[in-house]
Amino acid sequence: MPLLHIAQLSKRYGTDKYALDGIEFTVDTGEFVAIIGPSGAGKSTLLRCINHMIPMTSGDVFFNDTSTKALPAHTLRTHRTQIGMIFQHYNLVNRLSVIENVLHGRLGYKSTAAGVMGWYSTAEKQQAVEILQSLGLSDHMYKRCDQLSGGQKQRVGIARALIQNPKLLLCDEPIASLDPSAAKIIMDTLKDINQRLGITIIVNLHQVDVAMRYAQRIIGINSGKIVCDATPHDLTPTIIHQVYGSEAGELILDFGEQHAQA
Amino acid sequence: MQSTTKIILRPWNAATLILRTTIISLIVITGYAFTTFNTRGVDFWAGVDMLGSNFQALLLSPQLKNITFVTMVHNLFITIGLGFLTTIFGAAIALGFALLAAQNLAPRWLTVIIKGLTAFIRAVPTVLWVLIFAVSAGLGSVAAVLGMTFHSAGYLIKAYAESFEEIDHGTIEALKASGANWWQIVFQAVLPSSATALLSWTFLRFEINFSTAIAMGAAAGAGGIGYDMFMASGYYLNLHEMGAFTYAVLAFAIVLEAGATRYKASLSK
Amino acid sequence: MHKLDFFTQKRLSFGLFVVVLIVLTYATIIFTEYNVAKGFTAIPKAVRWATANFYPDAASLKKLPTILLKLRDTILMSVASATVASFCAFFVAILGSQTTRINVWFSVLARGIATIFRNIDVSAWALILLFSFGQSSFTGYFALFFVTFGFMVRVLIETIDEVSTDSVEALRATGAGYFTIIAQSVIPSCLPQLVSWVLFMIETNIRSATLVGILTGTGIGYSFDIYYKSLNYHAASLVILVIVLSVFAIEAISNRIRRAVL
Repeated sequence: MPLLHIAQLSKRYGTDKYALDGIEFTVDTGEFVAIIGPSGAGKSTLLRCINHMIPMTSGDVFFNDTSTKALPAHTLRTHRTQIGMIFQHYNLVNRLSVIENVLHGRLGYKSTAAGVMGWYSTAEKQQAVEILQSLGLSDHMYKRCDQLSGGQKQRVGIARALIQNPKLLLCDEPIASLDPSAAKIIMDTLKDINQRLGITIIVNLHQVDVAMRYAQRIIGINSGKIVCDATPHDLTPTIIHQVYGSEAGELILDFGEQHAQA
Repeated sequence: MQSTTKIILRPWNAATLILRTTIISLIVITGYAFTTFNTRGVDFWAGVDMLGSNFQALLLSPQLKNITFVTMVHNLFITIGLGFLTTIFGAAIALGFALLAAQNLAPRWLTVIIKGLTAFIRAVPTVLWVLIFAVSAGLGSVAAVLGMTFHSAGYLIKAYAESFEEIDHGTIEALKASGANWWQIVFQAVLPSSATALLSWTFLRFEINFSTAIAMGAAAGAGGIGYDMFMASGYYLNLHEMGAFTYAVLAFAIVLEAGATRYKASLSK
Repeated sequence: MHKLDFFTQKRLSFGLFVVVLIVLTYATIIFTEYNVAKGFTAIPKAVRWATANFYPDAASLKKLPTILLKLRDTILMSVASATVASFCAFFVAILGSQTTRINVWFSVLARGIATIFRNIDVSAWALILLFSFGQSSFTGYFALFFVTFGFMVRVLIETIDEVSTDSVEALRATGAGYFTIIAQSVIPSCLPQLVSWVLFMIETNIRSATLVGILTGTGIGYSFDIYYKSLNYHAASLVILVIVLSVFAIEAISNRIRRAVL
């Protein structure tokens, strides 16, 4: 069953050239999709158009078979509550405690007064504690976020997205600022969320080998256009060359092979 | 059952405690301050009421009466000149002393003495330095320049010394290792690496000194446009003329600020 | 054409800079009719006079209670103006910041008003406000208030854009509303910086208040003015000593608070 359908989506910043140009693809419930491409290809813009963090120029995004093109402010908030987002720089409020940051994921469901005052129900707090436990963060619950390591911060980011009870997780370069071992923990966590909770995941990555190892499907973007849409199995060196341009492709393939041998 | 235990969200710690105490103290002190205000029979609400019409007279119908436009521009440039001179003099003095106040360039006892002295100089408001010098030099531009230079030097010594201290320790170490002496290190490593920082501090001080020069014209007989403002306010009671002076001062201050912002932006590129 | 070698060029441009500065300085000295010789000879004269006359004596100590009372007025006025102005400035800064503005026009308006307020010197404000409030504390209070307000709007806009852009994005993605985002993300991330800037403005305002006091006949500036004009230099020096000590004390307290909070 299709959860998300992107239809002829285009985005143009001012009068520059198109950042996204006629993007079209469909994602089914439960899929784990990786989007790869060189920096500046439009990966971040694409993710942010899905939850309307950036207004699209033309085209449409269908979520649950409903057009989201012209949502009134209130419905837009409801739309966003169903989609969790994870960021490269974690985007936590560093001075607040871990559990407060996790509970921020509930704010989309709240009235202005409850949101401003930060009133959370016991059930919500309980859920936050459980999610933190499942991500191995229960010892850090009351620490301030600026005392955590990068990998721990990213897990707080994931917890904040999970407490939204989302149908879809958008992950924008979630491991780009992490060391390899922390990156592996995060990717394993995402895989686990996808398989155990059945949450659909779309993740922007710049490491092709990671995408091939974790994703069921890889979409390659270059200059705002889809270059390929394939399973990891079908991803040939020729296609990678098309996505990254030939010389960069060489380098990436070398890395990929070394990684595969190791 | 876990759900019976209350889950707290923000545990108390020293930082939040001090933050909240500070905020509450500020609010309490502010409330108390309003009760101590010396009204001298001035009705606050009548004053606020008058403020509106006064602003209108000030900003919407500026008009010169007692001096000509040319004189006003001349006096504005006198004020700018005082700000410029005191910045240059202050910077020249500060450059020398800052080398002796930077911990990575001078012995510790010397930096402590110089930093203590400059802290004292900075703690005394500029206007008081000017008035102190005025006793022996007489009220006027000489006392104003001396007093403002004094305060500028105190400010810039601290700023320059901190800029020197921010230089990468490795750079100095590398030159020392190659056998360079103190003067060579200063001229080949310290000054070139901190030149942009020194310039931006000096420019900032010029902005401050321009404002101070206005104030010294008004409060310490230093002449310039500050004195014109003082006369318009205290002697002629002419808001329209005050408005013209305000625009003149504002125009130059905004040009300065825009210049500083552009300079900063060009540095960060 | 012969190209100058690197070092010669560098030396030339530095030399030019120095020459321009010297010429400008000389021109300014002539234009402002500043008497350099008198300036130099005034310094030793001032030192000789100060060591002979400018120190607190036993008689002046009797004036200490009166001076301290005036000092209290000045400190209270500095705290009140800095606190209230910063509070107001915070709301205007929210409208002015790129991250949290409602629309571009409010933002331009907020920045414009702040520019005007901070670029009129505090002494000029005092002279302007004398028309409305006469020789009362209100004149000084509003003069300090306006300048603090203008300054704080600028630094708080920078602070908001610097520390809360990322977390604001994350909270928008969860579907949280505008006021919720301000309360849960912008305020907690900016509060420590805000308090630190308020403390800075209190220090600045104490010095400005002295100047304003001379112009409006209030506070410690007025005390100094009276003793100075009546040639009671011992008492005047005591005023300076008291100002210096209170500035040191407030700086010390501020630094303590800053270290704990930031």
